[in-house]
Amino acid sequence: MIHIDRSMVGLAAATLILAAAGGFVPDWLAFILTLALAKALVVQGVVLQMRAGLVSFGQGLFFCVGGYAVGMGGHFFGINDAPVLLLAGALAAVALAAVLGLLMTRYRDIFFAMLSLALSMILFGVLVKSSELGSTDGFNVHPATFFGLSFKTEAYKTALYLLTVLLAGGGALVLHLVHHSGLGRMWEAIRENEIRVEYLGLSPRWLLYANYLLAAAFAALGGGLTALATGHIDPEMSFWTTSGEFVFIALLGGTSHVAAPMVAAVLFAFVRTYAIEFTPHTWQMILGFVLLGIIVFLPKGLWSLVRSEKRAKA
Amino acid sequence: MTTFYAIFIDGMIYASWLFLVAAGLTVIYGVMRILNMAHGSFYAIGAYCAASMVGWYFSDFDGNPYLSYLLLIGCALVAGLVVGVVIEQGLLRFMYKRNELLMIIITYALLLILEDTTKLAFGVDPYFTYQPYALLGRSDIGGLAFANYDLLLVAVSAIIGLGCWLVLNRTHVGKVLRAVIHDREIAVAMGVNVRLMFAGTFIVGTTLGALAGALTAPSISVSPGIGVEVIVLAFAVVVVGGLGSIEGAIVGALLVGMTRSLAVHLAPQIELFVIYGVMSLVLAVRPQGLFGRTLARKI
Amino acid sequence: MSTPILQTKSLCRSFGAVTAARDLDVTINPGEIVGVIGSNGAGKTTFINMVTGYLPPSSGQILFEGRSILGKPPRAIIRMGMARSFQVAQLFPELTVLENMLIALVAAEGPRPSFFLPMASAKRMRQAKELLAEFGVERFGDSVVSAVPQGARKLIDIAMALISTPRMLLLDEPTSGVSVEEKFGLMDTVMRAVRHHGVTVLFVEHDMEIVERYVSRVLAFYSGEIISDGTPAQVFADEKVRELVIGHGHGTEKKRNMA
Ligand SMILES: Nc1ncnc2c1ncn2[C@@H]1O[C@H](COP(=O)(O)OP(=O)(O)O)[C@@H](O)[C@H]1O
Ligand SMILES: [Mg+2]
Repeated sequence: MIHIDRSMVGLAAATLILAAAGGFVPDWLAFILTLALAKALVVQGVVLQMRAGLVSFGQGLFFCVGGYAVGMGGHFFGINDAPVLLLAGALAAVALAAVLGLLMTRYRDIFFAMLSLALSMILFGVLVKSSELGSTDGFNVHPATFFGLSFKTEAYKTALYLLTVLLAGGGALVLHLVHHSGLGRMWEAIRENEIRVEYLGLSPRWLLYANYLLAAAFAALGGGLTALATGHIDPEMSFWTTSGEFVFIALLGGTSHVAAPMVAAVLFAFVRTYAIEFTPHTWQMILGFVLLGIIVFLPKGLWSLVRSEKRAKA
Repeated sequence: MTTFYAIFIDGMIYASWLFLVAAGLTVIYGVMRILNMAHGSFYAIGAYCAASMVGWYFSDFDGNPYLSYLLLIGCALVAGLVVGVVIEQGLLRFMYKRNELLMIIITYALLLILEDTTKLAFGVDPYFTYQPYALLGRSDIGGLAFANYDLLLVAVSAIIGLGCWLVLNRTHVGKVLRAVIHDREIAVAMGVNVRLMFAGTFIVGTTLGALAGALTAPSISVSPGIGVEVIVLAFAVVVVGGLGSIEGAIVGALLVGMTRSLAVHLAPQIELFVIYGVMSLVLAVRPQGLFGRTLARKI
Repeated sequence: MSTPILQTKSLCRSFGAVTAARDLDVTINPGEIVGVIGSNGAGKTTFINMVTGYLPPSSGQILFEGRSILGKPPRAIIRMGMARSFQVAQLFPELTVLENMLIALVAAEGPRPSFFLPMASAKRMRQAKELLAEFGVERFGDSVVSAVPQGARKLIDIAMALISTPRMLLLDEPTSGVSVEEKFGLMDTVMRAVRHHGVTVLFVEHDMEIVERYVSRVLAFYSGEIISDGTPAQVFADEKVRELVIGHGHGTEKKRNMA
């Protein structure tokens, strides 16, 4: 029933190549890629919402929940296995989203944007005041095991890199199916005309609820991986500027293909690494101008360049 | 009893500050339907201009200290005007046709640009300009000492609120603005120069933002990041009150200010939480905010 | 007699000072083709909005096949078997016509679409193309809706409504925004499809000639009230209708223009 298309083959191949590269890429590069792909997972969720016409300025909420779940699992519950911690984070985020979604699915447009922002700031406020969790400083994350196996420094980084590549690639494959499924296309339909969706006999709120939960799960996975990679978590993960960065990367890549968030996140990570080194006080300014440029010249994101080139060739 | 006084007066002071910060945001949204993420940056710019100018006035210039208040307000007006004109004419007027959601993202880009511009212009070290704050001394109310500067802010805030209300409800310009707010298409059909109204509104909005920053500068350390902190608070206030409504912003500021003051005095660990808690609660009960209107789409 | 397919009892609705519906008592039996006439603002759309659950009435009863539908959202009423089209076609403007149809087909299969099976299955593609052919708009299949002419959009809007296989269909001005030359062609297409599916129809129309041609019964709305209800001949002969509705509408003028 599921048709395997070119995108899926390409994604699988890219995932395998990236995974194989894990054996010989230098440490610093593996680290940047791990962080970028973890971020890409979060951005996948943001894109999922954008396809439904919603922009969240508070996806940091679930990113943070995923991160703290990993940190707290190790600190307070003695759970140290990465896959278990990540799963716990995703479940925690989905549970939270299941409650918040009841409220959030009533909102659209700027109200959704603002309310998501406010909710993430509530978590920020709570964490800043929680001295048990290190307040503004956060705390360090215990090194994790992978399916019961523990690794030393070098191998640990490689293992984490592999896990991230597999999750990002696998996640993208799943989302590729979702985007083209009946449910996925229905989200686009909501973005286009919610009244018609209602008049086709469907509940827009139920559809958006599903969307919200899925996006939360992806954000938590990204947050968990980020926590493992940096070995540290703090409330900043839930601060709204963190969420703003996710929105930026989502717009940079565009929403038309699941590979776009990954390409955009990697690009973002590299440009940032160099920009911060050379011009520390103009990084945000660059982002701002790029964002305006995208909105004016490439409203469908960088991926539209790939698309139109393909069409021109064909 | 003392606690009650303290809670009430602190609440009033905080509410006035919140209203100052939120007024420009709600005015711009009300007329232009732009939820301006860069509003906090105007606040920051106003604060930096005022802090640096007043700092220079006191250190290098031996004038009458009371003139520093004029300088404070003058800085805000000039900064707000310049920034407002540049941004409206240079960027926003080309973007008006875009939808509200995209406008948020555009103003977010603006925020990113302005944040770094401020850092480049004023550096990253904090500015302290306590003189105008200290100059007015303190008053004793019910056995508690309050800074007169803070109490003065309550009055200033009330004047600005009243001024906005009067302009909107008692002047010809206000009548035209209300027509634009009520139905933009009809206003255009009636021959209203919407572009002019937009430009004017935006400049007034940025100036209000800069003024809020300038008036706050003497009581804080002006450093990078103040704009970002402020914008989220301002959002909370206008969303509680109902986006675009001046009355809403007043009531929202009072509600948020009083609640926070209660929390600060009785349960300080939930201080930050409580602001957004109020906001979520109001929205859960009244999605459009206390004074917001809902419009069902006509089909 | 069988149960009416749609019945309203003392249906009222006001918007502030405007009364858009006053004591509407309408009974429609299965198989009827009913035309609704009335000048702009008479309350025709409001009536359709209320019986499809988009607007709650201020007071009154609405029964679909004998069951009350008050308080039910449009999606529930659609699933009971009553669909509608819109005065301004409600489509998904940035998606292609084919995608619009596919989405409607997915929706018709149930309220919880699959999250992994592709929307564009071979079966649905075939069904969608057949439907587009039935409405004579297959040539627009791959165009995005926003690039398709008005008349075709109205047809697609109606086709989407029919996908849920309703027993009753409410058409809100199916020919508005369509050029005079195209109107009859469009109505022929629609009525053929409707008869093919055996649907009871109520449609709002300004052009009296079209009303006369297709309907067995006419309801005349004026200022939120039904001032006349009967066969086209009866209603058109009614003094009040001639004065308040036809005199204001553009139906007669157009008739003259066409002749
Ligand atoms: N959502 C609404 N809000 C306020 N007034 C409305 C609304 N919908 C309809 N009306 C008013 O109700 C009356 C009937 O409108 P409508 O049913 O659209 O008329 P028709 O379809 O016959 O042209 C009009 O005066 C219209 O302005
Ligand atoms: Mg109508």
